Amino acid sequence: MGAATTLDGDITVMKAASAIEVRDLRMSYGTHEVLRGVDFRVAPGEVVTLLGPNGAGKTTTIEILEGFRAPSGGHVRVLGTEPVKGDERWRARLGVVLQSWRDHGRWTVHGLLDHLGRYYAPYSAPGRRRPTPTAELIEAVGLTGHAGQRVSRLSGGQRRRLDVAIGIVGRPEVLFLDEPTAGFDPQARRDFHDLVHRLSDLDDTTILLTTHDLDEAEKLADRILILAGGRIVADGSADKLSREASRDAQVRWSRDGEHFVHATEDATGFVRGLFQQYGDQIGDLEVRRATLEDTYMAILKKEEG
Amino acid sequence: MNPTAHAARLGLARGWIEFRHALANPQDIGFTLVTTAAFVTVLYFQRGATVPGTDLSLAAATMPGILGLGMAFNGLMGAVGSLSVEREDGTLLRAKALPQGMLGYLVGRVVSVSLSALGSLLLVSVAGLILLPELAAAGAGGWLTVLWVAVLGLTAMLPWGAVIGSLSANPQTAAGLSMLCFGALTAISGIFYPITALAGWLQGLAQAFPIYWLGLGMRSALLPGAAAAAELGGSWRTLPTIGVLLAWTVAGLLLAPPILRRMARRESGSLMQSRRDRALQRIG
Repeated sequence: MGAATTLDGDITVMKAASAIEVRDLRMSYGTHEVLRGVDFRVAPGEVVTLLGPNGAGKTTTIEILEGFRAPSGGHVRVLGTEPVKGDERWRARLGVVLQSWRDHGRWTVHGLLDHLGRYYAPYSAPGRRRPTPTAELIEAVGLTGHAGQRVSRLSGGQRRRLDVAIGIVGRPEVLFLDEPTAGFDPQARRDFHDLVHRLSDLDDTTILLTTHDLDEAEKLADRILILAGGRIVADGSADKLSREASRDAQVRWSRDGEHFVHATEDATGFVRGLFQQYGDQIGDLEVRRATLEDTYMAILKKEEG
Repeated sequence: MNPTAHAARLGLARGWIEFRHALANPQDIGFTLVTTAAFVTVLYFQRGATVPGTDLSLAAATMPGILGLGMAFNGLMGAVGSLSVEREDGTLLRAKALPQGMLGYLVGRVVSVSLSALGSLLLVSVAGLILLPELAAAGAGGWLTVLWVAVLGLTAMLPWGAVIGSLSANPQTAAGLSMLCFGALTAISGIFYPITALAGWLQGLAQAFPIYWLGLGMRSALLPGAAAAAELGGSWRTLPTIGVLLAWTVAGLLLAPPILRRMARRESGSLMQSRRDRALQRIG
């Protein structure tokens, strides 16, 4: 089989196009419409977060892109291929991080990663050797001290790291993560963020992840998509979304023991005026722009209303 | 490197690894040892008795039935159990996310279930030979027959186990349903009670299923030729044995792949999540 040569050809073609392309994606379960015309694109190497309330269809969207679920309608391409028709060569270029529960409990961390990685060996391409050497991968997810341990003995957080390792063992060009950091402690979360940055910087991996954690979305993503009511209602960097939702910043200060709050578009100008007028009398100055959380809530409220 | 052959080889490796895991697992190995011990105890107490009206020892007459039944049970329940449990715990979904992963998974499962079933067969056979020296009279030819009947029985049962495991909603249903069918078929299979003593329609029914033929094949391998007189038609009916077991094998191999494919196509993270939630409710 000429897997490697064909694969190489595909990559060259894909560099120019979108890694993920979704147009008018629709999904219904019976009469219940979950997705009603979702549109977005993800460029190669981009890190994009899909945000949205529970039941908005984030998981459904990801599962359609992974090829695990057939959509009711619309145009979907991942690496130029329609996911439900994706063959094994296409599958080898994707990484899927699943929420594990108690599978492979008797395997050791090293044994399992090594075994699963071997499936990717026939799909190596020039410049992208598959799989990642097992020891290197175990170190990257911080499980070196647990390499010989049985999977059933890992803590919840360690297991999630193993899930991530399994997702990236084949050096994917596109990686899907559905709530990857659920159950992580702050340190594990920070390590995970570093890992995502490394993947996108060093391996040029396109990453689409869902999360409930707005702080995480802001830290990780080049771009944020907000899914609500079965549609993408906002699409842009955290900064852009904030500016679109509200230009106002809140300025707080105190004078003569009294506290004041003022909302303004031009916080710098307002503060300059404040100091010109009152000078040394001003204390407790605080300027606060809308956080992603404010923005997110504002966007959802607008959608519901 | 041919990716399909590569995945099949990984499946062989996987089956071997999982078989080794089972050997090292106190629960798995304990179950095998306890059931073997139970059979050995039965054989031990039957040692002195003979089948009424013959000089055939009762223990020697029971032995082939134990081997045949063990093969049918391990082949069917091994496949039912692993598929239904591994759909619930996400092993299958992991396989699905890998290139050619489903192929590797299935080959691995066939290998590990077969190794476990043949391992139990070996264990019971050795115990039987130690307790009942007359079994050695079967000779190499007899034990070769045991082997081919065992392998054919395995191929006849395993795909059907996979079908039941794929169709059932959860491991409990799968195990309950298959145990029920298995028990009913065993009762009329002639393994515990001579089939010639059953009503005619029950005899017909029993002969439509593989368990009877597995028992018959094992008896033909281990009992003296004269014992064939006690069978239906007064013969070991070797060709019909091969025919029926092969027919079940072929039907199973035709039916199982599309059902497995359909099941695999439907696997997704959210489906597994909901099964997991239901399972946790059951436990809690």
